[in-house]
Amino acid sequence: MSEPRTLVEKIWDAHRIPSGSDGPDLLYVDAHLVHEATSAQAFDGLRLAGRKVRRPDLTLAVEDHNVPTDSLSITDPISVEQVARLRGNCAEHGIELFPHGDARQGIVHVVGPELGAIQPGMTVVCGDSHTSTHGAFGALAFGVGTSDVEHVLATQTLPMPRPRTMAVEFTGTLPPDVTAKDLMLALLAEIGANGARGHVLEYRGAAIRGLSMESRMTLCNLSIEAGARAGMVAPDEVTFEYLATRPRRPAGTDWDEALAHWSTLHTDPGAVFDRTVTLEVGALSPVVTWGTNPGQAVPLSQAVPDPARFTDAAERAAARRALEYMALEPGTRMRDIEVDTVFLGSCTNGRIEDLRAAAAVLRGRVLAPSVRMLVVPGSMQVRDQAEREGLHEVFRAAGAEWRLSGCSMCLGMNADRLSGPRRCASTSNRNYEGRQGDTARTHLVSPAVAAATAVAGRLAAPADLS
Amino acid sequence: MEPLTDHTGRVLPLRRSDVDTDQIIPSRFCRRLTKTGYADGLFARWREADDFVLNDPARAGGSVLVAGPNFATGSSREHAVWALRDWGIAAVLAPSFGDIFRRNALKNGLLAVQLPDAVVSGLLDAADRDPGFLVTVDLVACEVRWDGGRQAFEVDPRARRLLLDGQDDIAVTLADGDRIAAYERGRPHWLPVFGAARAG
Ligand code: SF4
Repeated sequence: MSEPRTLVEKIWDAHRIPSGSDGPDLLYVDAHLVHEATSAQAFDGLRLAGRKVRRPDLTLAVEDHNVPTDSLSITDPISVEQVARLRGNCAEHGIELFPHGDARQGIVHVVGPELGAIQPGMTVVCGDSHTSTHGAFGALAFGVGTSDVEHVLATQTLPMPRPRTMAVEFTGTLPPDVTAKDLMLALLAEIGANGARGHVLEYRGAAIRGLSMESRMTLCNLSIEAGARAGMVAPDEVTFEYLATRPRRPAGTDWDEALAHWSTLHTDPGAVFDRTVTLEVGALSPVVTWGTNPGQAVPLSQAVPDPARFTDAAERAAARRALEYMALEPGTRMRDIEVDTVFLGSCTNGRIEDLRAAAAVLRGRVLAPSVRMLVVPGSMQVRDQAEREGLHEVFRAAGAEWRLSGCSMCLGMNADRLSGPRRCASTSNRNYEGRQGDTARTHLVSPAVAAATAVAGRLAAPADLS
Repeated sequence: MEPLTDHTGRVLPLRRSDVDTDQIIPSRFCRRLTKTGYADGLFARWREADDFVLNDPARAGGSVLVAGPNFATGSSREHAVWALRDWGIAAVLAPSFGDIFRRNALKNGLLAVQLPDAVVSGLLDAADRDPGFLVTVDLVACEVRWDGGRQAFEVDPRARRLLLDGQDDIAVTLADGDRIAAYERGRPHWLPVFGAARAG
């Protein structure tokens, strides 16, 4: 009998190439996802050194960060240049690309999974921190910087020390109005924006088994907000069923072979994690952020906390700064905070399940007159699916904008930037100062809360609407 | 890269925790296609305040940034490293860092060094008192030194060796090319492939 191993250790061992020098092991990368915002300098580096892309066939590129979501033609000169560079690099090296306007274009972390190209046990790397999303499939997936992008392009590997492991045990039964987003915001509030630094998380417990693949992706997406290297969920029937109909799954007898392998990908009984945290989920309710990092969150039913009550000096100072930026007073009920913008989208909550949840709240209702709402599907496939279900009509009838796919207002890099001191309820993942625009204030929320907030004009849950 | 052994410079105290890479360089400055020329974006929003540390004339030319815990958390943008370097920062000392940033930093010769909380507090206090306060970050001895003190630190051994020798990271890995090729021959054939290599 071999030693019991955790899921991440099994994947690590299967991708480890011992280095001939005295350095750390090389980790082989099964899928390298590329986008226009972090790759140009990496391709330049290759060119300067006279190197080639080692495995163009394991590399997939999309245009997402810097594309417009209101038009199929790109007019912003910098975006035009970035996209042209990516297209040139992909053509030169024979890399498959889903350009703006392609039926398969979308946010990189939505596109890979919906193709069925992200499968259990794989290693996935991308020049983007939210690569952790792909861990939902039981893959080891993490974000890297541009130097590492170049390294993967040239070698298909990364020299990496073995990561530390952390089990996140969710106990109890998730109440029906509590989503994966709330679950993660609650975890972040508990352990802090730095609480899992350096670890690969494995989400465990019955509450996880009941989650759809879309929800598991939301969960793993937010792992990075706890400072984690990656987050993962062991594959099960839900995973296999999701993959079974996807265009790039293994087919025929390959499927059976793959399935047999995937079924071994779980943490063995008796395997030891470096750390464990436990969160009881039975009493949770919708959670929203009040501050400028995703760990500064409270239940929607509560009030803006008083910084004086934080015992840790650094946390106290951070809370004071955050409230000043957010223009909030301690003791204000979260439900009394008025917003003027609602953003539904991003790689956290831009999938079909998220659009359905928001549409269910908006059906037969209209936005508060003061509110502008953008609905930005995570991919053009998600957009198509939503239109087949008539969701776009629900959004439009309510007064929301039905947009094309892209990162949009998640990061304030493209035209969908907030100008002035706007206050936004956003289904994205970062409420940092200036993230959505130089003086924009962001409250992170779930899709259902986003929709209810758009109707109420202030932070609200669906149950608050008459 | 040129070999890098140590750096001595004046301290820029940044008494903030959880400084994310969106603060270090806002995304609107990350739309360029080059690896240099990002100094104008460094802490662009915070620099609008006159009392921000980088605006202090008494600290002009400071090259060792000392910050609170969880420095450079968040986005993977390597532009954060390029901006610090382009401004003239050669080392960042903090109790903890965002993982991706620390990797990115060392790959660009920016010495991101983790020190105990109490040591960082002491350095911040000393720099507050004396804008000329000097610190040496020594990659050979793996220690930080200042007038009256020293503190050992740990650094990724591969990154350290590459910096000390001025070696090219990718070239070192490519020396293991045969091992990588051997691994590739053993990969399951049903794993996904993209592009022209796809059958049907
Ligand atoms: S949607 Fe936001 S978090 Fe996701 S990849 Fe785009 S910019 Fe990054």
